[in-house]
Amino acid sequence: MSTTSITLDFTLRQAGFTLELRETVAARTVALFGASGAGKTTTLDAIAGLRRPLDGVIRVGARALFDARGGVDLPAHDRRVGYVPQDVALFPHLDVEHNVRYGARSTGASPQTVLGLLEIDTLRARRVDALSGGERQRVALARALMSAPDVLLLDEPLAALDMGLRDRILPYLERVRDELDTPMIYVSHVAAEVRRIAEWVVVLEHGRVSRTGPPDRVLA
Amino acid sequence: MTGELMTVTARTVLMAGLATLVMLPPGVGLAWLLARRQFPGRSVIEALVSLPLVVPPVATGLILLKLLGRRGPVGRVLDGLGLEVVFTWKGVVLAMAVMGLPLLVRAARAGFEQTDRRYEEIAATLGARPWRVFWTISLPLARRGLLAGAVLGFSRALGEFGATIMVAGALPGTRTLSVAIYRHAEVGQEAAALTLLAAAVTIGFAAVWVSNRLATAS
Repeated sequence: MSTTSITLDFTLRQAGFTLELRETVAARTVALFGASGAGKTTTLDAIAGLRRPLDGVIRVGARALFDARGGVDLPAHDRRVGYVPQDVALFPHLDVEHNVRYGARSTGASPQTVLGLLEIDTLRARRVDALSGGERQRVALARALMSAPDVLLLDEPLAALDMGLRDRILPYLERVRDELDTPMIYVSHVAAEVRRIAEWVVVLEHGRVSRTGPPDRVLA
Repeated sequence: MTGELMTVTARTVLMAGLATLVMLPPGVGLAWLLARRQFPGRSVIEALVSLPLVVPPVATGLILLKLLGRRGPVGRVLDGLGLEVVFTWKGVVLAMAVMGLPLLVRAARAGFEQTDRRYEEIAATLGARPWRVFWTISLPLARRGLLAGAVLGFSRALGEFGATIMVAGALPGTRTLSVAIYRHAEVGQEAAALTLLAAAVTIGFAAVWVSNRLATAS
């Protein structure tokens, strides 16, 4: 498994809140850890091209997604990120199959691989409003993976689930991490989750990085 | 009377249907722009779109007549192309479309505004370009608002009188239900006016009923 260098070196202001990051990390799974309002979701939105920083650079591997000085600001549809927002945002008018295939690229993992890995093969014809919380998370994850992303952005993927469901979904995330060679940025405010998933942790407090390093050291 | 009832009713429904088709593309486009984009002159466009709701229909008709008449800026161009709009069925359709547009835009805009923008954003992150996001996400998710807008626009077109009579007159070939009711009432033919009135009420009721059924089903 290869690691990917991710540069998050930018300033973003919105509604009286300033997010200022000066980080370059090289890891397969990076966690953004912090309390609510620390700027974790805003960071993912900036990477995905949904919020525009004032200045700086956002880079995944060798590819600049945003570079204020170089005049680069790729639109969201060209960024090749697989975003699973906290509310999963499955398209309510499409069934599971059409949700999963919405952004599918031929260069990505095959539907059989992804649906099999996440064990949602039997849900293909289901309406999304008939899915349980855990199924919705897995379908959203499959939809993001099918778009062959350069990086997977997961925003509190277990936050809306009860304790039992969290323990059932976490292994799926570990399988994605271990079996598909896609770098992952994982947002969470739960230390136990971060320890299990991430190789590297960036702790955010009030829009700034307060600590960074391997989970065992940072979250000790 | 039966012959006139059938002809005028069929013509009115056909013209209102065509007017709805004419107002749909600009109406939906404007609704989306006003709901989703900030741009200079937005408030001016907003006011212009609503203008036919506050200006007397006869005045809107007069504006259209001045624009589309042979000596008008648009009419001259159309005349050069061999297209005559004023005092023809095309004038009826246009007047109906202009009068119905504000209602379509209002309802469709509400439909777009009620759709969570997050769906459109996530579709974009999945590689969908803006045009695809519009067709596959924005439009289907706002369908109730669009449907309501189309029915409101159609119903407004059905009952349109002031602008229609200014642009297309009350000629036998351009006479719609409301114009025909007015003509009969004006000369004291009350029975004929009431028959046409019953047709107008029935069609209006049917339009609203169908719209409510569709909205519940979708």
